[in-house]
Amino acid sequence: MNRQSNTYTVIYSVVLVLLVGVLLSVVYQVLRPKQEENIANDTKRQILAAALITPTSGESIGDLYSEHITDSFLVNDKGDKVDSDVNAFDVNVANEVKKNADQRLLPVFICKTEAGIKYIIPVYGAGLWGPIWGYIAFDSDGDTIYGAYFAHQGETPGLGAEIEKPAFSNQFKGKEIFSNDGAFQSVKVVKNGQEPSEGAYVHAISGGTITSQGVQRMLQNSLEPYTSFFKKLNEGKEQNK
Amino acid sequence: MNLKKTFLPLINPLSKDNPVIVQVLGICSALAVTAKMEPAIVMTISVTAVLAFANVIISLLRNTIPTSIRIIVQLVVVAALVVIVDQVLKAYNYEVSKALSVFIGLIITNCIIMGRLEAFAMTNRPWPAFLDGIGNGLGYGIILIIVSFFRELLGSGTIFGMQIIPASWYEAGYQNNGLMILPPMALIVVGCIIWAHRAKNKDLQE
Repeated sequence: MNRQSNTYTVIYSVVLVLLVGVLLSVVYQVLRPKQEENIANDTKRQILAAALITPTSGESIGDLYSEHITDSFLVNDKGDKVDSDVNAFDVNVANEVKKNADQRLLPVFICKTEAGIKYIIPVYGAGLWGPIWGYIAFDSDGDTIYGAYFAHQGETPGLGAEIEKPAFSNQFKGKEIFSNDGAFQSVKVVKNGQEPSEGAYVHAISGGTITSQGVQRMLQNSLEPYTSFFKKLNEGKEQNK
Repeated sequence: MNLKKTFLPLINPLSKDNPVIVQVLGICSALAVTAKMEPAIVMTISVTAVLAFANVIISLLRNTIPTSIRIIVQLVVVAALVVIVDQVLKAYNYEVSKALSVFIGLIITNCIIMGRLEAFAMTNRPWPAFLDGIGNGLGYGIILIIVSFFRELLGSGTIFGMQIIPASWYEAGYQNNGLMILPPMALIVVGCIIWAHRAKNKDLQE
């Protein structure tokens, strides 16, 4: 057969592409369960990092997670638990933050730590080049931040990407997201040397202005719908005293 | 003598015909993945695997490939292998896969691979082609590992993430060289390696 003819060339390329296509889909199907497990483990690691729990080497994330995260549920913006067939862990926060506050499913993870029960809330927003996200752990007063974890997809290394470093996230420890008269004020991210007129604040990343502003907007937008939930938490605590 | 000739494709790329410092191919990825040793080694293994298999497959197909689409056929084979490597890494070494992210996909554009397929696999039998793939992959890897060793040691004070420079040095005023982490220093380290290599192999000097 003439190997330079058009018919041969077309048949050759069709067969080759079909073979490769079948091969790749088989590989994908075989490896998918393992990959999904890895992604789930990575999310669990991030949730635990917010509550300042990091696995020591050789420790299984899955075990550590089930040991510390005792419960997870969904609330609405009235602060009531929602019955849903969706697991709090599987809620796609990226989609939820785009909806109006009254339509969101708001996941809450309850974490048992050495310092008592903590409430972990996922946050999601936009940085300069792509999405940024994180998990914030609150004390049981629903006001004070116990720990924070931030991550990003592709912020500039050395500048915006610094939000994932403990040097940045540790600043959030002990900040209160409600003012003394009970109004939600989030945590502001301001430039070094500046100070907002009211409310808690942390220092922004030098040279990472857009990313820092993204963190501030992300906190405002993602935490505000939880206002009622936090207030109920706080009242419940007062009554128990 | 005969044995030596058989293994020439394996041994030659390690030094005298090294893809990075003599053929000057694959420089771009040599800058990108050498800030730490672990990604450098994973990249070496990935490139070696892709190159060896691509060489063998193309060598097996070499008499059937229509000349007019041979580059496309080579690309399809390389792309398929790269996707498989990427999927395997995601399943079995998620951390490294996250660190290498886009660079695994970019193996497709690594000049070493297309260069070896065109120059060697299209005209040689599968066994020499396999050796050539392994040899060039390792030749690339040697440079990656040397560069990443210096960059990680001087830039972060660690090797494979373990602290090597003792804390007492830092107390005495020693500081990690932040510039070593940035891509330009990789180029300078590669330049130093080429310098040393040419000084030893006078026949390579132009």
